[in-house]
Amino acid sequence: MSGLRSFLARRLLLGALQTVAVVLLVFALTEALPGDAAVALAGDQPDPARIAAIRETMHLDRPTHERLADWATGLLHGDLGTSLTSGRPVGQYIADGFGPTLLLATLTVALLVPIGFGLGVLAARHEGRLADRLISSATLAVYAVPEFALGVLLVTVLALQLGWLPPTAVGYGTDLLGHPAALVLPVLVLLSRPVCSLSRLVRAGMIDALASPYVAQARRYGISGTRIRYAHALPNALAPAAQQLARTIDWLLCGVIVVEALYVIPGLGTVLLNAVAERDVPVVQGLAVVFGVLTVVLNLGADLVAHGLAPRAGAAA
Amino acid sequence: MHDERLPGLRRRGFLTATGAASLGTLALTGCGGSGSEGPDAKGDGTPKRGGRLRAAFAGGGASETLDPHLANLFADAARAKALYDKLADYGADLSAQPRLAEKWEANKTLDRWQVTLRKATFHDGEPVTAADVLYSYRRIADPQQAFRAKASLEPIDLDASRATGQRSIEFVLKRPTAEFPNVLAAFGAYIVPENASDFDKKPIGSGPFRFVAFTPGRSAVFRRYDDYWEGAPHLDELEFVVANEESARVNALLGGQVEYAHELDPTTARAHEGKGQVEIVRLRNSAMQAFCMKTDRAPFDDKRVREAFFLIADRKELIDGALSGAGVIGNDLFGRGYEYYADGLPQRAQDLDRARSLLKQAGAENLKVTLDTSAVAAGFTEAASIFRDQAKKAGITIDVKMGSKDSYWADILDNGTLCCYRSGAMPIEAHIAQRLLTGSTTNATKWQHKDFDALYEQAQSTRDKTERAAVYERMQRRLYAEGGFLIWGFADWIIGTAGTVKGVEAKAPANTLDWARFDKVWLT
Repeated sequence: MSGLRSFLARRLLLGALQTVAVVLLVFALTEALPGDAAVALAGDQPDPARIAAIRETMHLDRPTHERLADWATGLLHGDLGTSLTSGRPVGQYIADGFGPTLLLATLTVALLVPIGFGLGVLAARHEGRLADRLISSATLAVYAVPEFALGVLLVTVLALQLGWLPPTAVGYGTDLLGHPAALVLPVLVLLSRPVCSLSRLVRAGMIDALASPYVAQARRYGISGTRIRYAHALPNALAPAAQQLARTIDWLLCGVIVVEALYVIPGLGTVLLNAVAERDVPVVQGLAVVFGVLTVVLNLGADLVAHGLAPRAGAAA
Repeated sequence: MHDERLPGLRRRGFLTATGAASLGTLALTGCGGSGSEGPDAKGDGTPKRGGRLRAAFAGGGASETLDPHLANLFADAARAKALYDKLADYGADLSAQPRLAEKWEANKTLDRWQVTLRKATFHDGEPVTAADVLYSYRRIADPQQAFRAKASLEPIDLDASRATGQRSIEFVLKRPTAEFPNVLAAFGAYIVPENASDFDKKPIGSGPFRFVAFTPGRSAVFRRYDDYWEGAPHLDELEFVVANEESARVNALLGGQVEYAHELDPTTARAHEGKGQVEIVRLRNSAMQAFCMKTDRAPFDDKRVREAFFLIADRKELIDGALSGAGVIGNDLFGRGYEYYADGLPQRAQDLDRARSLLKQAGAENLKVTLDTSAVAAGFTEAASIFRDQAKKAGITIDVKMGSKDSYWADILDNGTLCCYRSGAMPIEAHIAQRLLTGSTTNATKWQHKDFDALYEQAQSTRDKTERAAVYERMQRRLYAEGGFLIWGFADWIIGTAGTVKGVEAKAPANTLDWARFDKVWLT
């Protein structure tokens, strides 16, 4: 197990470095954007004296490296800083946005795993036959539809024409769970592409595994088809799918901007979008830290799962 | 303002107007055109009491505040107007109408104004007093802060101004200011109770609605204030919800999730107008649309080139192409339909031959110009490409340059030579004060002429209104002949309401008194 422990330690250290790099990069990029928080706040009233005054009240007149150092010092004490625009703690921005994001991500993943794997296995079992061809062409077709287009289409048909579902979650911000019907459309849109990519990946993995020498050997031993499929072939097919799933969860947690905007769900994507437009650097940096940590942890988790499922794959990680 | 480029990521709009320069005041509005004659004339029937109206606006995300002095977006202004009052506000023609101020009177030299407050109470039952007014104005003018209305209040000498009674104030001004009531109506100049400083927990105002709940970037719930000085609102409750995406606001309206959707696209309006599902309300003359030429640098330092550009524009084509027809053409003057607007000048039309000959006289044939634009406001990028094609017919090569929408207004203030521009409604006097005087803070056309400044001062020192109007006309004639603003149109501001909503005033461009007046609205 010491091999695994040093692997873990190396990955965690690497992850911390990656997060630092992400934060520095995001800081540099935000600074490089034209205009700053004062200019953004002044908007169409860019009176230079007022911009200078806003800059002063926001302490933007201090050198860049000092602001970064201050923020980093705070971070070491667990303080993500305060928003330039509102003066409220960044932690509160993230906490407020995280609820809706987590809810959407959980629901999506809870449906994605059984559907994605189920379709993949089903298609692999019937390789080349009707079920496979139906699943494969449907998943390819859905995958090709951009989220925004699919979202608009679903709203138009299911919400506005048929009236089955509410078109948006507007006004439910604080109590999304109390209005489950409002979550159906966003979850459908979020599911659409990951289901396709995941099921195609599982299908390919299963077909590979089912054609492998060890499955042929197992068949020669007379092991039942079901047991071969689920106990022997599937775990090997899952290893690449686990990585894909981790990327999907990462995407879901790091703010799904289009879906949030379309359905008025005030999650992390909305927070990020507003913060960038307002040049609210502390909020952007706080989000970069959170997103960086999430990505590192999820990838590490996926590697560990893949390692457990198919030890050969772990060696490469 | 909206972002036309990314349908998925449209952001909230800044108020297109604002007060900045010495006498600025802002407000977006205008009107002028058609519209109803008031609820009754529209056949809305007798107002009915009760109900909860949900209104969707583009908002400011988690940074939103209910501090009325920090109001920056339309959503902020609508919420502020529900909770608070100003001493005055703009009528449909952008003239100041008394609100908390019952009356105002100037001394002979127009530099001391006696303002009397009406009998009104804050939501906690305390009367609105002169002390509250002075506290509010001093808070706005605090040099340590950067409140938007600060520049508008600049004419007032707040140290010398004082309460002369519980409900009367003497404002001492730094110079004669005939249009002082515009200052009282300035955008963001709301009256808060003395010593109020925390506006997000339990804000107290004197407006028609009282505070119930607020979650920044999501929703604000207000309830009727029964003792409102102008009479209690019809609605029991008012909820503002935030939906930044235009399609989300429309969908929420169509799906019955909100009864009022602010700021819709012209294409949406056309798709739903007259279909009976929702009502489309067009607030005419809400947003001036222009190209702004910098008059202090080549090629626009030659007034013949500026005139040639006036003659290149096919205004109808710009309205149809950039605004999907939702607007009226402009005549290179700000404020169509507003008080003091010089409507006697002939409407300019495209005249390419004359434009070419003017360019030739100026030695500017085969001119090449860069036109700055950005997705910062509806129709900007479309207007730029349409104008590029129109200019080509006069032998001018225009290179359209896209800029960042978050810093656009600051970028174009001093840089470049030609750019897309727009403005919300404000009094013509405020437009001049903010943008066309030597000392103006946002003088994007670099129009700096001592004689023009003198005319402005003359107007502000003229007590008689007819004489004053004559001075404004002289200024406008000059701008019409050789100014830096090529004002090609005035866009409608478009609102969608459910069929059950009555009493929505159409003769009230965005951000005037009757815009977003939820106390006058009722549900059937």
